[in-house]
Amino acid sequence: MKILVCITHVPDTTSKISFTENNTKFDISGVQFIIGPYDDYALARAVELKETHSASVTVLNVGGAETEPTIRKALAIGADEAIRINAEPTDSFFVAKQIADVAKDGGYDLILMGRESIDFNGGQVHGMVGELLDLPSVSPVMQLDIEGNTAKISREIEGGKESLEIGLPFVAGCQEPIAEWKIPNMRGIMSARTKPLNVIEPSDNEKKTALESFELPAEKNAVKMVDPDNVSELVDLLKNEAKVI
Amino acid sequence: MSILVFIEHDEGVVKKSSLEAVSYAAHLGDSVSAIAFGSNVQVDELQNVGKAGAQKVLHVADEKFNQGIIQAYASAIAEAKEKEGATIVVLAKSSLGDAVAARVAVKTSASLASNVVDLPDTSAGFKVKRSIYTGKAFAIVEMSGDNKVIAIKKNAVAVKEDGGQATVESFMPTIKDTDFNATITGTEKATGTILLPEAEIVVSGGRGLKGPENWGMIEALADTLGAATGCSKPVSDMEWRPHHEHVGQTGIKVSPNLYIAIGISGAIQHLAGVNSSKIIVVINKDGEAPFFKAADYGIVGDAFEVVPKLTEALKNSN
Ligand SMILES: Cc1cc2nc3c(=O)[nH]c(=O)nc-3n(C[C@H](O)[C@H](O)[C@H](O)COP(=O)(O)OP(=O)(O)OC[C@H]3O[C@@H](n4cnc5c(N)ncnc54)[C@H](O)[C@@H]3O)c2cc1C
Ligand SMILES: Nc1ncnc2c1ncn2[C@@H]1O[C@H](COP(=O)(O)O)[C@@H](O)[C@H]1O
Repeated sequence: MKILVCITHVPDTTSKISFTENNTKFDISGVQFIIGPYDDYALARAVELKETHSASVTVLNVGGAETEPTIRKALAIGADEAIRINAEPTDSFFVAKQIADVAKDGGYDLILMGRESIDFNGGQVHGMVGELLDLPSVSPVMQLDIEGNTAKISREIEGGKESLEIGLPFVAGCQEPIAEWKIPNMRGIMSARTKPLNVIEPSDNEKKTALESFELPAEKNAVKMVDPDNVSELVDLLKNEAKVI
Repeated sequence: MSILVFIEHDEGVVKKSSLEAVSYAAHLGDSVSAIAFGSNVQVDELQNVGKAGAQKVLHVADEKFNQGIIQAYASAIAEAKEKEGATIVVLAKSSLGDAVAARVAVKTSASLASNVVDLPDTSAGFKVKRSIYTGKAFAIVEMSGDNKVIAIKKNAVAVKEDGGQATVESFMPTIKDTDFNATITGTEKATGTILLPEAEIVVSGGRGLKGPENWGMIEALADTLGAATGCSKPVSDMEWRPHHEHVGQTGIKVSPNLYIAIGISGAIQHLAGVNSSKIIVVINKDGEAPFFKAADYGIVGDAFEVVPKLTEALKNSN
């Protein structure tokens, strides 16, 4: 079985977000980059399937050279090889098209992604890749088991979950508790250095959206404290000041 | 400009977020049609979508569409868009909405923006504001081409109520069999509770509540307020609460009018899921808990004493 896992290279979840150059560039100073948390779940499940279904795992990232340490980390966690498509990922259609072009002839049985990237939060790329390849897409997947040519899936829906069965191949956007995040061990880190990481140029340059500028949310007002022995004051504030109840 | 809105319903009740999407479309264009799926939604419920600004609702009343099969919905929406001569498709961001939006965008060669929080600026081009970095920032994005798909963030737009009744027209798209190649074998869903992503008020509990047996007081407070219940990640990891209640960076992102956090420390990953709430109330016994910095109102105190008193005070004030 061949699995393709698409990973993003995103600021660590504790990062403070700020911008430079007149709010047109993300400020990377002091920011630690990680594999997107949802992509990390997808990768962890793929590595598990390696053991149970003797799968081979390819990780793919659309990004500049700066993403290579993140890609190497995915190799250290257990992916066998990596592809980096050398382009800045600003438009989700562009990213999806690049992924689809690689996947088209790759013969992958499964294409796993995160439910969403935590930088652009589109939740779009898996659906687009599915449509471009005319394959089913399903997200957010909380459980994924493969039996022969069929996958049994549990998908989160608002207020609960849904079980479904779907034939391979397909595209899935993953989230917990599909697998536990894996931490690379020493052996993994050593072997990652020699695993293949192929860099390819984008197949085209069509983009459908353009990023103009960034904004930060307005500062919050200072918190108003209420005495724990006087909770009716809170009720009054919520009713008459905030007007939310 | 003609616009098509995909509306979702929960057991026959059109979601508030879908009415927000219709209202958004009504502000944007002069002709607004909507499309709804399933035999399990009544015609009068769909007529009422008119109040939010739709003139017409296409109803795909075939039972095959009762469950959200992504590919089939996307094909039907693309066909309806063509039929209505719509250039823009608007829908509410949700796990189903996102998946459908992406496929519709590719099918119709449209540009797509998701998590949109405001009406577009059309003074030069077509620019939308979208929430990024999990609510920590916004991006202004130019959408190109005539065909567009816009997925709007929940609670970002007020629901209009001044429209008339919509005409409901039955619609049977021509769907390929391969659009149904996922088989839904079961659904597990809490019934009769308020859906967390849709809720106007959320009462959330964290590890400070010590165990699942103490959720009674959270539920009592939520009931009194007509609120949905949520929790922090460790709480769902320990299975004190179901996964679909987990709020934050890796869970549900909520944007209610009021979020009440009880015994939650306010880790940055939790805040990422609640930072679009209009008002935040924090109840924590530790005055130094980081959550207070993100709060509008705070009480330093023991949840086991404060929460029952608050529920009581709310009941007495009604
Ligand atoms: C990549 C990543 C993603 C993550 N995603 C999420 C996410 O999506 N959502 C999320 O929630 N977390 C997430 N986390 C975890 C997050 O970092 C915190 O660990 C978590 O939010 C803490 O949960 P908590 O506040 O319930 O527990 P704690 O941090 O243990 O806080 C408990 C709080 O309860 C208070 N308390 C104790 N007793 C009482 C009492 N009797 N009355 C009142 N208050 C009391 C304490 O003072 C304390 O502030 C993520 C972490 C990582 C690394
Ligand atoms: N630049 C990228 N390179 C590789 N995969 C990506 C990239 N951007 C998004 N993805 C994948 O698509 C998923 C959804 O991303 P998004 O649509 O941006 O929320 C992510 O979790 C990744 O698995």
